[in-house]
This record gives sequence, C-alpha cells and structure tokens, in this order.
Amino acid sequence: MKVAVPVDDKNMETSVCMSFGRAPYFMIYDTDTKEHSFLDNSAADSPGGAGIKAAQTIVDHRVDVLLTPRCGENAAGVIKAAGIDLYKTEPQSAIDNINALVIGKLSSLNDIHPGFHSRKGR
Amino acid sequence: MNIAILSGKGGTGKTLLAVNLAAIAGDAVYIDCDVEEPNGHLFFKPKSIKTETVAVKIPAVDDELCTGCRICVDFCRFNALAYIADRLAVFEQICHSCGGCTLLCPEAALREEDRIVGRIEEGFSGSVKVYSGILNTGEASGIPIIKRLLNLSKKERPGLCLIDCPPGSACIVMETIRDADYCVLVAEPTLFGVHNLNLVYELVSLFDKPFGVVLNKCLEGEENPSEKFCLEKVITILGHLAFDHELGVINSKALVAARERKRYSALFSTLLASVLKEAQHEAVVNP
Repeated sequence: MKVAVPVDDKNMETSVCMSFGRAPYFMIYDTDTKEHSFLDNSAADSPGGAGIKAAQTIVDHRVDVLLTPRCGENAAGVIKAAGIDLYKTEPQSAIDNINALVIGKLSSLNDIHPGFHSRKGR
Repeated sequence: MNIAILSGKGGTGKTLLAVNLAAIAGDAVYIDCDVEEPNGHLFFKPKSIKTETVAVKIPAVDDELCTGCRICVDFCRFNALAYIADRLAVFEQICHSCGGCTLLCPEAALREEDRIVGRIEEGFSGSVKVYSGILNTGEASGIPIIKRLLNLSKKERPGLCLIDCPPGSACIVMETIRDADYCVLVAEPTLFGVHNLNLVYELVSLFDKPFGVVLNKCLEGEENPSEKFCLEKVITILGHLAFDHELGVINSKALVAARERKRYSALFSTLLASVLKEAQHEAVVNP
C-alpha cells in the first residue's frame, strides 16, 4: 500500500504539515517494501488552486492512501475521484502516523472544509 | 464626469453621500458597484427596472475528444483543471476565465460556456438613473459585474455619474475607479477611520487620481483624527457632515435625506458644488 503524507521536512523524523495544498513536501511511503521518498510540492506557491494541483501530484504518483490533518473541498474532490482513501493524521510524526494507519488506528477524514472557493469541479 | 465615492472600510457613508449627491444633482446617474452588498437601490427604490444577467466564460470539456495530454492542466496558473481517473475536471469557481486552455487544446476538446455570476438592474428614481450590480452569493469575484456595469453605463456619460464603490482598497475597488475622473474619499473621525482613510489615500495616489475627502460623522468640539490627517497631507477637504441624529434616522428608514428635508438638500447641494468645483478644476488643470 502506497501512502502519501504532507510533511514539513525531507527526513524520517519530519512532522506532518498542517496544510495539504501548500505543504513544502510529500512523503511517499510503501508499507509493503518499507521504501520511502520525498516529493517537492510544486503547488506550494501557486497563486490559487494549490489543493487541486497538490492533489493532482498525489493522484499521478498512484498512491492508495492520503494522510492529512485537513483537506479542502476541491482537493478532496480530486482525491476521492481518483479512488484514494483519506485518513486524518494525529498530532505525531509522519512515520508514526503511517504506523498507526497500518495497525488500523487512524480514522478516515470526514470533515472536509469548504476552503476558500466554494464549488466542486464537475 | 465620473465621480467615484470610496472608503477604506464599510459604514463610513459612501452610499449616503453617493445617493444624496445624485439625488441633488437630479439629472444624474448613480452606479452601485458595491456588488457584494448593493444597497443604493433601497434608498432610490427605482422604477421600470430592466435586468440583465452577467456571465463569465468557463471551459467545458468534450470527454470524447480529450486525449488526456494535460496541456490545459499544466497551462492553468490557477489550477482550475485537473486530470483524474482519465477525465478532465473543471473547477469553475477557481477559473479566472482567461480562455487560455480552450485556445491551447490541440484536440479542440474544450469550448467556452457561460456561467452566470450575477446581474445588473437599471431603473429610474425620479430623474436619477440607477444602476445596481448584484453578485450571486458564494461567488468569489465581483469584477466581471463591475466591468459590465461601467461598460453598460458608458452611454450615460458625459453626464454626471456617481459611482458608489465597494469598501476597501482591493482589486475590486481598483476596477471601479479605473474610469473615474475624480475620487471622493469618505472618512470617520476615529483612529480606525484614519487607518482606513490612509489605505484609500494610497490607492488613489497610486492610480494618480485627483481626489478630496468628505469628513463624515463629525462631532462638534471633538478632535477629528481624519481631519488632522488631511491637514498634514495637504488633502482637499470637500466638506463636513455632522454626526447627526436626524440624518441617521432618515437614513435608517432608507429615505433620501436630500429629498426629505430642506436643510439636507441645502447641505448636499453645497457639498455637490464643492465636489464639482474641485473635479472640474482638476479636469482643466490635469486633463
């Protein structure tokens, strides 16, 4: 299972970034092979629609699960349309969150905030 | 002659001033560009209303023709397009209607469609022509409505147009004062008022617009920080409006003060004369 997490730094101790769309990096972790990599988030400094572009990056990397503390409506629209599961992170490091996911300790993210734009794509 | 009435915050008296100046001028045009909360029409209660909708262009995709090349997705600076599960998704609210994606699509899979964002109403209140721009609730930008409003009312010029601006000094206000020949800044006599006056002062200076200030809600014998600001910056003070209970009562009943009481018609006549004198002087000195 391939997991993506928005993170603040490019190391294994990194914390989870509070923002999905404007996170500087994403950690991509494969729970089967235990391999990991970091992606630069090209959406971080977008003038608008950062969540959509960040979500596109996640979709293009064919991840199965996205862990994030919060997610806007537009980004969630992209993530869900791609069949990616959304889980809510707990206040602990990115890797601890991934381990919590593996043992079934994370709950799915349901409180999608309306973001700064108010309508979904069609 | 286009005179824009603006202020750094809401509630300073833009509409009070714009409505009463238009009413006193009689043969004038009042344009409510405060499209998020237009309220000039409440005072004017215009008759014989004509309505037109305002739409913006958004891309619509033909899934049969789209090959998923993503040229449009990569092009969009605002990320209004995403390609998910072999389908292009358009995020209408984020689209800035530049039309670039439609032009670039090599398969001609994108076409432009109208998306209605609001409407314009025009009518008459006595001899005052009243235009109101109304943005639909939830829309991000009122700029398309203001553009259409100013374009539509162009035929009324060179008559006297009073443009009631949105509050603040953001893009929407810049769009509103674009064609203004003269700007009237309305300010309250508080420190907060000065702060907000300074914002619009910087804006009109940046746009090189001739302007003057009307000091509203003035208290007799009390210090007026906005007046002090004007004196320091050598800004023309067009007039003072007192913090007047009766004026407040008339206004709260959505009545046009200049039409209700002789003393207010006299007050706003003097103010209009002062505004026109300054505006015409500017037009001669800096055409």
